[in-house]
Amino acid sequence: MTLQILVDGLIAGAMIGLGAVGITLTYSILRFANFAHGELISWGAYLALAVSSGIGFLSASLTVPLAPFSFGWSLPLGTLVAIALTALLALIVDAVLFGPLRRRRGAVIILVMASFGAALTLRSLLEFIFTSGPRYFTQELQIAIRLGGGARATPDQMLVIAVAALVVVGVHLLLTRSSIGRSMRAVSENQQLAGVAGIDVRAVVRIVWILGAALACIAGVMAGLLVQIRPQMGLDLLLPLFAAAILGGIGSVPGAMLAGLIVGIGEALTVRYVGAEWRAALSFVVLVAILLVRPQGLFGKADR
Amino acid sequence: MIDLLAYGAFFLTVALSYAVICLGLNLQWGQTGLFNVGIAGFVAIGAYVSALLTTPHTPDRFGGFDLPIVAGWIGAALFTGLATLLVGALTIRLRADYLAIATFGVAVAVQLVLLNLQPLTGGPFGIGYIPRPFASLATDPSAFGFANLALMAAVVLGVYLVLERLVRSPWGRVLRAIREDEAAALALGKNAVSFRLQAFAIGGAIMGLGGALQAHFIGFIAPENYQPTLTFQVWAMLIVGGSGNNRGAILGAVLVWGLWAASAGAVAALFPTDQQARASSLQIVMIGTALCAILLLRPRGLLGEVRTVSRHLLAKPGKPNRKATHADST
Repeated sequence: MTLQILVDGLIAGAMIGLGAVGITLTYSILRFANFAHGELISWGAYLALAVSSGIGFLSASLTVPLAPFSFGWSLPLGTLVAIALTALLALIVDAVLFGPLRRRRGAVIILVMASFGAALTLRSLLEFIFTSGPRYFTQELQIAIRLGGGARATPDQMLVIAVAALVVVGVHLLLTRSSIGRSMRAVSENQQLAGVAGIDVRAVVRIVWILGAALACIAGVMAGLLVQIRPQMGLDLLLPLFAAAILGGIGSVPGAMLAGLIVGIGEALTVRYVGAEWRAALSFVVLVAILLVRPQGLFGKADR
Repeated sequence: MIDLLAYGAFFLTVALSYAVICLGLNLQWGQTGLFNVGIAGFVAIGAYVSALLTTPHTPDRFGGFDLPIVAGWIGAALFTGLATLLVGALTIRLRADYLAIATFGVAVAVQLVLLNLQPLTGGPFGIGYIPRPFASLATDPSAFGFANLALMAAVVLGVYLVLERLVRSPWGRVLRAIREDEAAALALGKNAVSFRLQAFAIGGAIMGLGGALQAHFIGFIAPENYQPTLTFQVWAMLIVGGSGNNRGAILGAVLVWGLWAASAGAVAALFPTDQQARASSLQIVMIGTALCAILLLRPRGLLGEVRTVSRHLLAKPGKPNRKATHADST
């Protein structure tokens, strides 16, 4: 039974971690808490839904489930297109809203406020287009596999954990081993100095949005596959995402992923021992605790 | 004609209750630069505290202390102020965005408590039978409406006068000094953390009072009244009216609430019944776009902040409320 809590926590934590990695990247490089990140998750999920049903409409054979999973080729293909579209959405929002505000060099908090406005607009737009009822990628039912020790997980759930691990390792390698990663870290340390050193700061900003949106889209598809797709899904994830990003230390990719898993396992423990209705309170408790004890997070540097 | 006037009174009373909340936010954001994303949570605390204090005793729920309405208002302001103080004490030393994230967390946590702690909050069905001011006039709807409007206007005026007094006092000048240049204010020996915390808590208390006023005017509260949309509306009101300006906060509240009510009417008139829930999300899209557009195009809002200096520096002392019109806007 206790092992099952761990498995459930890892599954939820994988989704939270991916979203938190996106938040921590935008936070450390663009330097503001983006309240619209949750909406990139919801838009990613809905775009994947729209594209994959479009693909399924053109060729029914692509919707035949790929054993042992519950979805056919249309979903992974649709997700790839949706990643590109979500990134495009993030770039458009940046070009229209955040870019002009950044150039004005006003207070950071104006950007936070703008992101709050953008979040509500994007969410309500989803509600208008797709209505507020829940949607699903697939109607297939899955049988959970015994993992030993009394724990069970469906093939979809195990795939989600594996994909999340691969993506996080990929992002970590990109940041630490590639030249674009080096530029990103330089901009996050000191934007002006990086610009003086010949780094194209605007290109770095674009890449951060693309990367953050791609991670958000993947997290959204995972949440849609395992739970359901709703316009509110991003809003509901936002507090766990912030809690994980701060717990992990702003700017730390492994920290955000690890903290996402911690929050996920904490939620599973809450559901088991306190009650499912209090699940969302766990993130608040984690947030308060980390702000009281160690505001820079587990792997963060002291306040710059 | 009477109907129209009665509706006007109802509309203005609700708009003015938002004006109180908006004035609280103006102290936090406009004067001090503290970003609160959890307005709905603080308003809910005020509304529920006042409701618990003033409703008659209810067996299956905590309290119902049957106190007078004024006691509920005072209790709501004090309790919300205390809650705001705690949240502020936690985050006010940290980066500005941490305060935003923490207040967002408060709103989520408050919403959970409202929904799930049934013995205290009545759960999803909320609390009903909250005493309304001038309940004895209820048989005459227009007299009841105008009496409530007068009361609400009096409260708004009172809060406005107190805030104007505070803003023009040395205390208010320190707040703006900290907002504009914290290092300089620190060098002058001002304890920035303590001043911020005071402003945040007083602003929270005013929001709680606003929540209580609304609860008593409507007579019924439920968790669904305190969604992020409320936070968003109050922000739109302040930004539209002009943050930093108390009259702007009141003007913004009336304008944005008017826009909101008018667009709700348009949705009801233009869309078939089964599409109305869907179409009403367009209202939020509209207000959100307006908020972003104002941030981009007219960051100072309609009225903008007026320069305030010590009354001792102005040529004609006395009548402190008229000085704003004489002073140059910055």
